[in-house]
Order: sequence, then C-alpha cells, then structure tokens
Amino acid sequence: MTEPILQTIGITKSFGALQASQDISIDLRPGEIHALIGPNGAGKSTLIKQIAGGLRPDAGKVLFRGEDVTPLGTAERARRGLARTFQISALAMEDTVLQNALLGAMGAGGTAFRFLRPALAQRDLRAVAENALELVGLSAHAATPTFELSHGQRRQLEVAVALTLAPKAFVMDEPMAGLGFEGSKNLTGFLDGLRHTAPILLVEHDMDAVFALADRVSVLVYGRIIATGTVEEIRNDPDVRVAYLGEDA
Amino acid sequence: MSREQILNAAVMLALVAFPLWAWATDEPFLITLTTKAAILALAGVGLNIALGLGGLVSLGHAAFFGIGGYAMGVLASHAQLYDPILETPFLIEGTKSMPIIWLVAITASGLAALAIGALSLRTSGVYFIMITLAFGQMLYFFAISWPAYGGEDGLSIYVRNDFPGLNTLDPIQFYVIVLALLAAVLFLTSRLAKSSFGLALNAARQSPMRVETVGISPYRLRLIAFTISGMITGLAGALFADLNRFVSPTMLSWQTSGEIMVFVIIGGVARLFGPVVGAMLFILLEHLLGGLSDYWHVYLGVLLLLIVLFARGGVIGSLAGRGKAHD
Repeated sequence: MTEPILQTIGITKSFGALQASQDISIDLRPGEIHALIGPNGAGKSTLIKQIAGGLRPDAGKVLFRGEDVTPLGTAERARRGLARTFQISALAMEDTVLQNALLGAMGAGGTAFRFLRPALAQRDLRAVAENALELVGLSAHAATPTFELSHGQRRQLEVAVALTLAPKAFVMDEPMAGLGFEGSKNLTGFLDGLRHTAPILLVEHDMDAVFALADRVSVLVYGRIIATGTVEEIRNDPDVRVAYLGEDA
Repeated sequence: MSREQILNAAVMLALVAFPLWAWATDEPFLITLTTKAAILALAGVGLNIALGLGGLVSLGHAAFFGIGGYAMGVLASHAQLYDPILETPFLIEGTKSMPIIWLVAITASGLAALAIGALSLRTSGVYFIMITLAFGQMLYFFAISWPAYGGEDGLSIYVRNDFPGLNTLDPIQFYVIVLALLAAVLFLTSRLAKSSFGLALNAARQSPMRVETVGISPYRLRLIAFTISGMITGLAGALFADLNRFVSPTMLSWQTSGEIMVFVIIGGVARLFGPVVGAMLFILLEHLLGGLSDYWHVYLGVLLLLIVLFARGGVIGSLAGRGKAHD
C-alpha cells in the first residue's frame, strides 16, 4: 500500500456535551479522490477544520506528508501544500480575478512581503497565476472584478487559487454547492482529472458527483466514521443504508 | 488617466500654486495655513494605510502623532538648553536638526505602533477600536503627568529646527520641506498599495480566511501595516510640533485621533488623496466657519453626517466614482 499523503489518527473533538468528532481515522492516498459524506450535522465541517487548520482536536493527530501538523495553523499548513476550498466562496470580492490568483502565487512563493514592486508587474507570480486561471478556464475573465463573476465561476476561481499553491493535497468543502446541473457536470469532469495533480479529500452533498468521482467513500454519522470503502461497497453497506441513505434506498 | 488621477493632479497643483500665490501677494498666514493642512494630510495618509488598505479602525493614532511631536520637543528642548538627554552610560545630546528629529520620530512612533499593534491586533471590530483608544489615552495621561517636559502645559521651542541649506523660519521654505515629504510619502503609499504586500493586506481586509488558506498570516500583514501607518503619522507629528514650535498633551488626546479619522472619511477612505482633500477641507472650514462662530464643529458634524450617509467614498469617491481594484 502506498504511503498516505494526508492522514488523521484518532481525532476527537467535543463542544460541551456534543461529540463532534469521535476517534476519526481517515487517510488520503496519492492519486485518489476520497469523498466524505454524511447527513447534516454529522460533523463534516468540524472535521475539515481540524484537517485544514483553524480548529485543534482534543485528542488525536493530523499527519501531512509524514509530518505531524496538528499544532500548526491554517497558514502554516497551506505553506506545506495543503490547499483548501470553501463551501461559501472566500475570495477578495473587490479585487480582480487575476489579483485573487496572484494572492495564491504570492503565498506559495513566500513573496507577500514585497513592499514596492507592483504585484501585477512580477512575471514569475503572474505566470503561476495565469497558468492556474488557464487550467480552470477563467483566462478570459482575468481583469474582471470578482464580485461580477457567476456563482460557478467563483467556484472555478476558488480551485484556481488552490492550484497556484502547487498543492500536495486538496481539501474541498462542497465544491458543487449551488451549481446547476451543467455547472456540476463541468466541475465533476475537471476534478476527475485533478486527482492526478494532487489527491482530493472531497466533502460533498451531491451524490451523483460523489459516486462518479470517488475512489473511496467514508460515511460520517454523529461524529463517527461508520464505513469506508469503494462506491460499490458503500452503496451495499447495510449500516450506511440505515443511517444515511434511508432504509428504503 | 482616470478621473481620480486627474483629480489627484489637480489637488497637487493646488498645493503648489496656492502657497506660491500667497507668497507673491505677501500673505504668510495663508502659507502657514496650507502648511498645517499638508501636515495634517500626512497624518491622515498614515492612518489611511491602516484604515483604508487594512480595514483597521484605529482610534489611537494620536499616540503616534504625539510621540512624533514629543520626539521633536524633547530633542529640541535639550538642544536649546545645551543640556544632554543622557550622560551615563553614554552621552546623548539633543538636536535641532530636522532630518535627525524625523528619524527619531519615525523610529519611536514605529516602535510604539509595533508594540500597540502586537497587542491590539489580537482583537478585532469594536474591541480593536476600544483598545487602540485606551492605549492612546494612556499615553495622553502619561504626558500630562510627566513634569520633565512641561506636563499639562506642554513644551515650547524658541526657534524652529534647522534643515541644511534652508531658512526654516521663512514660511514658504518650511512649506517646501513639508510638501516634499508629503509628496514622497504619497508616492511610496501608492507603490505600497499596488505591491504584493498591498494586495495581500487588501485581501486580508476583504477575506482573512482566503489569505490564511494561501499561507499568509493576516496578523503579520496587519501588524506591518499598522507599524508603517504609525511611522508616517509620527513623522507628521514631528512636523506639526515644528510648525507650532510647541508640543502639548493635546496632540495625544483622543480628539486628535478622531480628527485624523475625520480627514480620511471626508476625503475618502482607501483613496490615495482622500486624507489630503479631507485635511484641506477641514482647515478651510475651520478658517472660514471658525471666524463666524466658536461652535463651527456643528457644521463639520453636519458635513460628516452627509458624507457618511450619501457619499461613502468621501469627496474623492463622489467626484471620481468607484475605485477600480487598485490599478
């Protein structure tokens, strides 16, 4: 078995009496899309925050490329190549599409602390940013202010910013949310190819997308992973059917 | 050129032409008035880096303005009495040289901004406003209760400090120094806004999470911005004290912080020339309305209210339209 890129070992997190994460151990291997599904309130967001940074588990560890990153913040994990996209677009809305992509290139290159050279005039940064926009198909909108983009285009830009980090792993929080049928189909096609750039831990509600994309699926219910396996195994797992897909599914 | 750039050029032209006209018609008071406006504009340009680019509502910038002022006061008062500031363990003497005074003012206010920022930036929103206000007031009361440098009465300097090759007591020559500094700082600020740092800082204002997820610490960005901001306002403080040949705790009071913020808001938050237009308008109103009534601030209040309600981009915003995304 290949060494996992990203791994959680026995992550546990409680908020008062609520156990949001109970002894969660999942991993992400090279070249795969590992989907994390579960009903609302299952603790998916809490788990994602502990993996990407921003929330410290009460117990357990997060390993990224063999390194224990549990004590590190979001920015430090990002610098190590962990790229995260958000359920609700977290972009600089007043800035242009290119400027948002440049931000990623600056973060990745560690060049955010240059004070006098115009950001747009730095060829190395621009090359990274423009290349990422090209990959997601936003080149034509480089000079567009981000707030003018459609919902689907903002999703694409989120992915483009993540790509500028030259990531070693993606953590994507519901990338299909709010996309129409056509939009989901396009993004599904794109993510399908992206797994070879870096593996993707995918939190998603859109079951068509999950079943089309995932190499493995983990099911989170009430803060516990009740099953992990291939799409076929998950579809046929009796526990999953009861707890999540509905008994009559 | 965009409309904003044309507007900026017109403002700059006015800052050159008006004092020249006043000089030609022998109206030194008007030169001094313009000098005051330019210095206050510089203080506002400093605040605008924190407020406009960084979204940091600091109600404590009087601290840096006052530290700059006291840097000038302390150095010059020791120099005029030929009384060293420190003899042991090594000798530090006062000075009447403007460039050295500026350097000390910038360093001292920068260090203060670094320390105040490091603590204040752990909070945000209303708490940030309150904690910056508290630090400002702390320094204000410290200055009042520190008898060595005049306490509540402040500290007077007999002659204005020296600048090599110029007679600083001549209003137009002192004005040239102030205008050159303002122009230089405006140029550097425009570069800063377009730089990688400016882009990241501006993004951190809009979406701190975005900046963090690309591996940049918003705290670090803001702390550096706050420090640069304090340094510029500190330089303005040194010039302001030199203009009046007087420094007092008033420079450190929260009303001063409020006034600096008013310049920025009247002129246009995050607009390069916003504080310049704001300070010019403030001085103009003070001069015109102040002659009519001691309570001229009422009219200023009405103006501020109208701008906040109807022209969110301030004067520059209403004349030049929405800002393009920093191009």
